[in-house]
Amino acid sequence: MPTKPAGTLYRGKVGMWSWVLHRITGVAIFFFLLVHVLDTSLVRLSPEAYNAVVSTYKTPLVGLGELGLVAAILYHALNGVRVILIDFWRKGVKYQNVMFWVVVVVALIAFAGFAPRHLIHVFHLG
Amino acid sequence: MATEFEEMGAVPSFTVTLFVRRYNPEDGQEARWQDFDVQVHGTDRVLDALHKIKWEMDGSLTFRRSCAHGVCGSDAMRINGRNRLACKTLIKDLDITQPIYVEPIKGLEVEKDLVVDMNPFYQAYRDIKPFLIASDKPEKERLQSAAEHSKFEDTTKCILCAACTTSCPVFWTDGQYFGPAAIVNAHRFIFDSRDEAAEVRIDILNDKEGVWRCRTTFNCTEACPRGIEVTKAIAEVKQAILRGKP
Ligand code: SF4
Ligand code: FES
Repeated sequence: MPTKPAGTLYRGKVGMWSWVLHRITGVAIFFFLLVHVLDTSLVRLSPEAYNAVVSTYKTPLVGLGELGLVAAILYHALNGVRVILIDFWRKGVKYQNVMFWVVVVVALIAFAGFAPRHLIHVFHLG
Repeated sequence: MATEFEEMGAVPSFTVTLFVRRYNPEDGQEARWQDFDVQVHGTDRVLDALHKIKWEMDGSLTFRRSCAHGVCGSDAMRINGRNRLACKTLIKDLDITQPIYVEPIKGLEVEKDLVVDMNPFYQAYRDIKPFLIASDKPEKERLQSAAEHSKFEDTTKCILCAACTTSCPVFWTDGQYFGPAAIVNAHRFIFDSRDEAAEVRIDILNDKEGVWRCRTTFNCTEACPRGIEVTKAIAEVKQAILRGKP
């Protein structure tokens, strides 16, 4: 019985898309942490193995991945504060839309501060 | 003279295309889109177009409606991707250069065309005890100040149309979630100074499937045809749970 018709995509607004992005960045950060915990625990097994694994990270591709990771963490952290304010600040619901754009702007400023310095390291320009 | 007068006062009419999501449990086919070209007036609502289809083009089209004036809450459906009451959506307010998409609300089982099984929705409503619980006998009216009333006035407006609950991404994936409408109606009693069972309802909603499932997507607030600030009501219940009292 086709009880789940595909239909159109629900046309939510800022509230819904900010949540979708929160989910995506959250899952991405989770997978990074998983890998991170695994490679760090290698130290206990053998420092040589740890060094071998970590040295493979020093490629431009992983460097760009780190850039993405920082962007994801910035958004997830700042939007997390927004969600807390929506729940527990009396005026949070009223300003949720404005707060989303504040999150975006602050995240972009912080990212703009980080990205050039990071890229200089990644591509050994400094 | 008469014709001239009629033309002057005439409501402009135009043709719109409606894509309606059809599903018939008896024909063994999947749900599918069917399009209709309908001649409508500038004052018509989506419900009028659906009536025209049902009465003049295809009598098998199935949908719910009762009051036709935004009171009973039976005709919530997804119009151009958003939950709306068909009887409160003027066609001229939609982009009529494009077809209008009409489909059933999401997250409840489709029974036929635009009709869904509302029972899980009503069950969540019943579960939060949507009635006054007071220990004294109702011998005289229970007084309340305007300030006390204003705490829950917004949530008394609910018509149980389910537009909010079926706009919620959490409810789509987890049908066990109480959903915005049940929380709105719990709010209506939790913050009522005449009611004595706020703690009971707070306890019911402090559940895995209660208010904490809300992810503040604001789809419910945007969908509510009564203009209820649904997400705000949910946030107030969350705060009441932390305080342990309204
Ligand atoms: S809160 Fe609004 S959208 Fe939800 S059931 Fe009540 S009237 Fe409908
Ligand atoms: S038919 Fe009653 S609310 Fe639309």
